Amino acid sequence: MRQYEMEQYDVVVVGAGHAGCEAGLAAARMGAETLVLSIQLDAVALMACNPAIGGTGKGQLVKEIDALGGEMGLVIDKTFIQSRMLNRTKGPAVHSPRAQADKRRYHEEMKAALERQQGLCLKQGEVVDLIVEDGCVCGLLLRTGAVYRARAVVLATGTFLGGRVFMGESTYESGPCGFAPAAALAEALRARGLALRRFKTGTPARALARSLHFERMEEQKGDAEIVPFSFMNASVGENKVSCRLTWTNAKTHAIIRENLTRSSLYGGLIKGVGPRYCPSIEDKVNRFPDRERHPLFIEPEGLSTDEVYIQGMSTSMPEDVQRDFYRSIRGLEDAVFTRAGYSIEYDCIDPLSLYANLEHKEIAGLFCAGQFNGSSGYEEAAAQGLMAGINAALRVRGEAPFILDRSEAYIGVLIDDLVTKGVEEPYRMMTARAEYRLTLRQDNADLRLTEKGYALGLASRERYEIYLRAKKETEEEIGRLRAATLSPADAESLLAGLGLAPLASGSSLAELLKRPQIGYDALAVLDPGRPGLDARTRARVEIQIKYEGYIKKQREQIERFKSLEDKRLPEDFDYLALDGIRSEAKQRLSKVRPRSVGQAARVSGVSPADLNVLLIHLKKREGRP
Amino acid sequence: MNDTVAAISTPPGEGGIGVIRISGAGSRAVLERLFRPGKGGGRARDAAVCFRDRHMRYGRIVDPKSGSVIDEVLAVFMAAPRSYTGEDVAEIHCHGSAAALRRALALTLREGARLAEAGEFTKRAFLNGRLDLAQAEAVIDLIQAKADTTFDAAIRQLDGSLSRAVKNLRDRVTELLVRVAADLDYPEEDVGALSPRDLCESLSSIGDEIEKLSATAHAGRIVREGLRVVIAGKPNVGKSSLLNALLRESRAIVTDVPGTTRDLIEEGVHLRGLPVRLTDTAGIRETADPVESLGVAGSLNAIARSDLVLLVLDASAPLDAADAHVLRQIANRRFVVILNKCDLPARVDADAARAFAAASAAAAGGTEGPLAVVGASMRDGTGLPALEDVIESFVFPGRTLPAADAFVTNVRHADLLARASAELREGLATAERGETADLTEINLRRAWELLGEITGETAGADIVEEIFARFCLGK
Repeated sequence: MRQYEMEQYDVVVVGAGHAGCEAGLAAARMGAETLVLSIQLDAVALMACNPAIGGTGKGQLVKEIDALGGEMGLVIDKTFIQSRMLNRTKGPAVHSPRAQADKRRYHEEMKAALERQQGLCLKQGEVVDLIVEDGCVCGLLLRTGAVYRARAVVLATGTFLGGRVFMGESTYESGPCGFAPAAALAEALRARGLALRRFKTGTPARALARSLHFERMEEQKGDAEIVPFSFMNASVGENKVSCRLTWTNAKTHAIIRENLTRSSLYGGLIKGVGPRYCPSIEDKVNRFPDRERHPLFIEPEGLSTDEVYIQGMSTSMPEDVQRDFYRSIRGLEDAVFTRAGYSIEYDCIDPLSLYANLEHKEIAGLFCAGQFNGSSGYEEAAAQGLMAGINAALRVRGEAPFILDRSEAYIGVLIDDLVTKGVEEPYRMMTARAEYRLTLRQDNADLRLTEKGYALGLASRERYEIYLRAKKETEEEIGRLRAATLSPADAESLLAGLGLAPLASGSSLAELLKRPQIGYDALAVLDPGRPGLDARTRARVEIQIKYEGYIKKQREQIERFKSLEDKRLPEDFDYLALDGIRSEAKQRLSKVRPRSVGQAARVSGVSPADLNVLLIHLKKREGRP
Repeated sequence: MNDTVAAISTPPGEGGIGVIRISGAGSRAVLERLFRPGKGGGRARDAAVCFRDRHMRYGRIVDPKSGSVIDEVLAVFMAAPRSYTGEDVAEIHCHGSAAALRRALALTLREGARLAEAGEFTKRAFLNGRLDLAQAEAVIDLIQAKADTTFDAAIRQLDGSLSRAVKNLRDRVTELLVRVAADLDYPEEDVGALSPRDLCESLSSIGDEIEKLSATAHAGRIVREGLRVVIAGKPNVGKSSLLNALLRESRAIVTDVPGTTRDLIEEGVHLRGLPVRLTDTAGIRETADPVESLGVAGSLNAIARSDLVLLVLDASAPLDAADAHVLRQIANRRFVVILNKCDLPARVDADAARAFAAASAAAAGGTEGPLAVVGASMRDGTGLPALEDVIESFVFPGRTLPAADAFVTNVRHADLLARASAELREGLATAERGETADLTEINLRRAWELLGEITGETAGADIVEEIFARFCLGK
């Protein structure tokens, strides 16, 4: 087939899912001429699975994407139909925002953001191969024969790459939601020597809301006071829908057990590795036989449709079995289904083949993001897309990579885990993965990251000014509360009202706020002169004062952590030639090629003794004339 | 990186002296917290001292909490960079008793140092430019070789009951941690969140178990090396008879002539399965006989090195200045009074003996009276079972022997257990203050890691893995 040259770009992004959209927007905002190619423009920012953004760990990622100047937070703030802060009764480190999205609106708003963006071109087209010269990617070939030259490429192929759908005994090549898969590109990448592996994920059936008995389920309402995802928004719209909770029962489980061999998974059709934290219902029933019931959540897919998503019940069973077990559930007895659940297998790489800037170690200029790197989830994908887009643009500019470490952001934890430890199953973010959770809160993502985003040319001037104002307000209010003192008599009525002992001596408002029982708002009665602050600032003033001791302790841990992160390892270190390091550790180090001593310490199979020997070799090398 | 580390840096075994080296920015502070100058007489809590760079001082290592003297030492501080490691270094030269050396090391760990890793001093020396490049290879060999032997030793130590005990404790921490962590990451699912009360109860119960195991660090050494028991008393009160009764054979010569036993007699014996090194001393009295006075000096030395002294008094004669003289010599030791010759008409009862012993010891600066007063007769064996009870409960206080006889015998393990238990205590305090579980989780996780360092399970293991193995979670 005849090939022909089309325009040349600085950055071309392959895929316009949650990773591709952020990558394209970030690169364009940083001044790179950017092309985003999608196999199907109706699939831009498609929420192929659950209609929600955020959750534990994930909500923090969205706030960080926003703080750096990404798009996800702005779009969900425009398109959410219900919003909740999870873990509100627990500590601030685990407060996690989560919102139900109107899927169609989310797609439209994100697509519009790409269309609006200066320096960005969004196009439909199927990429079938990379163009690589001298170990460096320099363009892409499309199915039509079109060639787009590029100085950097971001691969964000999601579940489209080599996609194969499974439903019971039936299986066929397909991307998500019936869109076409990217089969030719998968073949081409294999031919280029990229070691691809198969992962799988799954989704439940969709049903019509009017066919469900909501009165037999438990209603889950949104929060009365909504915390916006974006730091640009002081307030956002309101809740428009409720979700519903119901449970599986013994009959459901019996139907699943009787038909287990008809599932694609247990019938042996699926070879890909699925995530344990996103188990199909047949997995749940099979692995936890003692559980009498499993929860499921009915989530509306949007305002312009009657379809609802049956969260917690993904499956690879045949359609007839699906119908029967879903209908055995209270409230779903007469359910009418619009789409059946299915599993999907796709190609991805071993993320150990990437540097921390998400650039491929063997093909220079090739950046990778999202499910292609072995992660799962919209938020995880978007976070990597943003970082891949930033680093692609930096490469074009000839500037040093932008890397966030584990003490700066969940984004840093995510990428460090992927490129240092690798993955054996699709990777999901959790707060338990972050060592410095109390520092990496959802409320302070702007304080941690907006300065950096602005310096990159990614965060806008407007965003930067909002951040500066918020920072100043927070600091001034903390200072004021520290300086404002109360006598025991002043505080007595408040303390007595809360059943607390009176003060022995004078105390500052900040000291009072440190008591677990007293919140910022409760102090208002003793503090008539306080400034009128917005909810976000009030919350973070309270958190920073209340948890000061813990935060300070964590800061010391972070300093120790940083001292190892700052100790850089040369890229050309020949680990295999270093004596005194055990061979398993040598091989691992040689594969990961860590950028710092800290990262080397996290490589599995590297012992403290190996690390000490590595330090000696490093010193020897430095000592060389 | 440059935290303060400490280790015994002389070879194991009984040498003339043993050296504890402390390196890092906090080494001076650690030394100054433990060192008291001079002999100190009877009073252990003297003013602290400021060390001058590279000046050796004579004094004692004193436990700042209890005030008890660990050893007579020479100590020196060398400021960075003029030291072996190139950092601030303190060295404590102990008298060479393995027990004293270990106890002194344990104090440095309690006062802020961390136990040095294999080859760590040499590594620091190299990284600070104190060794030349040619020595680098040797350092590498040293690190790996030491890591291997330490590992072997750790494994050997761990096969068996200690390993099981720590593993069991760690499993309980894991269970707790996983429940807390799963609830934090899956708030909408049915994890069965812990109530604050259950969390506190679990924390406190696991903490207690760890402390019980920690308490065996003392018993562990005794199990390995034997309990050093010295029999003391004025001449002819029945010391040798007591030794014979405990040995159940006639090893010492028993006569009615005062001063018969002039040499120290040391015997190994198992009491209730516990190895005991029994030393019968020459009667302690002021004497002009040069041979006998040598024996007395030997006795005093044995007393100084003992874990426990059995003081024999004669119940059939009034207590006198000679008894008081012996009591003065043992005032700073833990001791049991054996009120011998109970078969004869009594002139002294248990209460009188206790009061006399306590008063005499206190007059000599002793802080504690007798552990117990046991009425006995060596002629018919009366009181021996009671004495064995006392010795046993001295080694295992409260008779709370951990299940399956797990003992902590290694300073590293004791250090890790102490730190784990401190984390749990802090977590408990946090939870009791009414703070949320995510804060307690920080301490739980740290304790989990520390216990894992004992069993070697931290590396590679992941609490996230555990969560999914134990709970059915996800959407």
